[in-house]
Amino acid sequence: MTEQKTIYEKSSPGRRAVRFPKPEVPLTALPNEFLRKDLVLPEVDELEAVRHFTNLSQLNHGVDTGFYPLGSCTMKYNPRINEETARLSGFAKSHPLQPSETVQGNLKLMYLLQKYLAEISGFSQVTLQPAAGAHGELTGVMIIRKYLYKKGETQRNKILIPDSAHGTNPATSAMNNFKVVEIKSDARGNIDLEALRAECDDTLAGLMLTNPNTLGMFEENVQEVCKIVHDAGGLVYGDGANMNALLGIAKPAEFGIDILHYNLHKTFSTPHGGGGPGSGPVGVVDFLVDYLPGPLVEIVEEDEEGNPFYDLVTPKHSIGRMKAFHGQFGMMVRAYTYILMHGAKGLREVSEMAVLNANYLMHKLKDTYKIPYERTCMHEFVIEGRWEDAPDIHALDISKRMMDFGIHPPTTYFPLIVKEALMVEPTETENLETLDYFVEVMLKIAKEAHEEPEILHAAPLTTPIRRMDEVKAAKDLVLCCVWPEDAIRAE
Amino acid sequence: MNFPTDLKYTTKDEWIRVEGNTATIGISDFAQDALSDIVFVEYAVSEGDDVGKGDTLGTIESVKAASDVYFPVGGKIVAVNEDLLDAPELVNTDPYGEAWMIKIELGDPAEVESMLDAAAYEADTKGRE
Repeated sequence: MTEQKTIYEKSSPGRRAVRFPKPEVPLTALPNEFLRKDLVLPEVDELEAVRHFTNLSQLNHGVDTGFYPLGSCTMKYNPRINEETARLSGFAKSHPLQPSETVQGNLKLMYLLQKYLAEISGFSQVTLQPAAGAHGELTGVMIIRKYLYKKGETQRNKILIPDSAHGTNPATSAMNNFKVVEIKSDARGNIDLEALRAECDDTLAGLMLTNPNTLGMFEENVQEVCKIVHDAGGLVYGDGANMNALLGIAKPAEFGIDILHYNLHKTFSTPHGGGGPGSGPVGVVDFLVDYLPGPLVEIVEEDEEGNPFYDLVTPKHSIGRMKAFHGQFGMMVRAYTYILMHGAKGLREVSEMAVLNANYLMHKLKDTYKIPYERTCMHEFVIEGRWEDAPDIHALDISKRMMDFGIHPPTTYFPLIVKEALMVEPTETENLETLDYFVEVMLKIAKEAHEEPEILHAAPLTTPIRRMDEVKAAKDLVLCCVWPEDAIRAE
Repeated sequence: MNFPTDLKYTTKDEWIRVEGNTATIGISDFAQDALSDIVFVEYAVSEGDDVGKGDTLGTIESVKAASDVYFPVGGKIVAVNEDLLDAPELVNTDPYGEAWMIKIELGDPAEVESMLDAAAYEADTKGRE
């Protein structure tokens, strides 16, 4: 592949894309104080600009261009019909400050999406406000804090987090001024119940549980875990990032979760990566409905013929607003579309296929790659990217090599409890041929690791930018655009 | 992997070197190897602070992960190695020497006795392989 030049390197003085017509008014020079000598703009013709950005866009890897088995991110195909519905003018051209009577359709969609999401997980009510999964977590833990404070139990200052939980959970708890205590996993990848019991005292505020966890394992003792926390007076927060394994099969509220966030951009096929935007609705059990962020959409009255009127209502003890206006409305339209297109039976099939695909891959790889916890997995699984007889090969080398085969690397070095972890989540939308291709690539890479390790150390070999210097990338952060020295013009 | 016999260790991979009533603290060769390239060192404490066993000493971040470092013993901090702030890679190259993190005046010398010797620590790391 040819080397990619920056648009500044393609710049040539005096070249331009647009020629303005002669102005009808006298020209006035910009005032001196607004002239910036350090501001360098590239000078290219229109075709060069078009080619430059078109070529750059083609360097991107997305689920529309290739397999993307990024564990815990559920990079499933986003059906195009979602884009059709989100662009319907009634949805796309309304304003969040319009009077409710002029946007009854939009409010009805939000109302029904609240209901559908509540039904899927067995909750009483759902807020659609949070703008991402971690924002949903923040919402949930704020609800826990307010609920406990209102009960007068201000001594409860501790949140327990299993070592197989999502990485954002400790940050969320710390943001709410809770002390974070890690609970270790047992030999089967479940929460160690003795370690859990030992921490369940009267300072316990709650537990943040990811189920299936980041090992891709269903928490086998989940009901017992929730009971232990509840008996000690704590609440259980469920990280719903891995809901793609449970749709139509298990309801988190029924196994003891009190609060849970959904990731519409994972499970419900709204765009993910490239800016999303994300959307992280939060569901709660009945005794926490009054604490949800407001407003929610409710039916506030019905006319004589029984037609409902939808409006915005703020719960009694609401923690307040989590987002300007109503959240990511465009994503709600897409998720609602996805739910309707599948129906209850279809959603169950989504999870069944997601789990089947993951188990198929795990089974095909298990004789070549070490599986730390050999159990039937859910929608994802973790393998170790290391072999005793290939001591210089690390998970990172394997990930980098996968790029040469047009596959996005899996989640690498997470979860931390697995050495050289590679977390693979194929999702339900990949067909058998793609899964078999992935297996073929993984077996080839394992062979290279033993016979030609230098290939893996040098990978990727086919990308325009080769192996990144990750130390430099982390240490020498350049977070704003710096003009190339030679492009800065002398006055 | 290097496990110097004149040091004491914890199962969380801190080491200490006791000289008189002063202890020097850092992270082990095993820990730096597991973390891989270290890009940041941050301290949670300053010189003069009184700290207890198990308190957070700081955070070490590598290209793979961020890990907290804990005080294996309590006492009063007498020196903080600020060189690591600018040159965190020293933790990779010389974990028991230039990359010492903190020196403390021991609060309770008996706390040192409960720590692991080199052989016991090495056995512990083997169990985690």
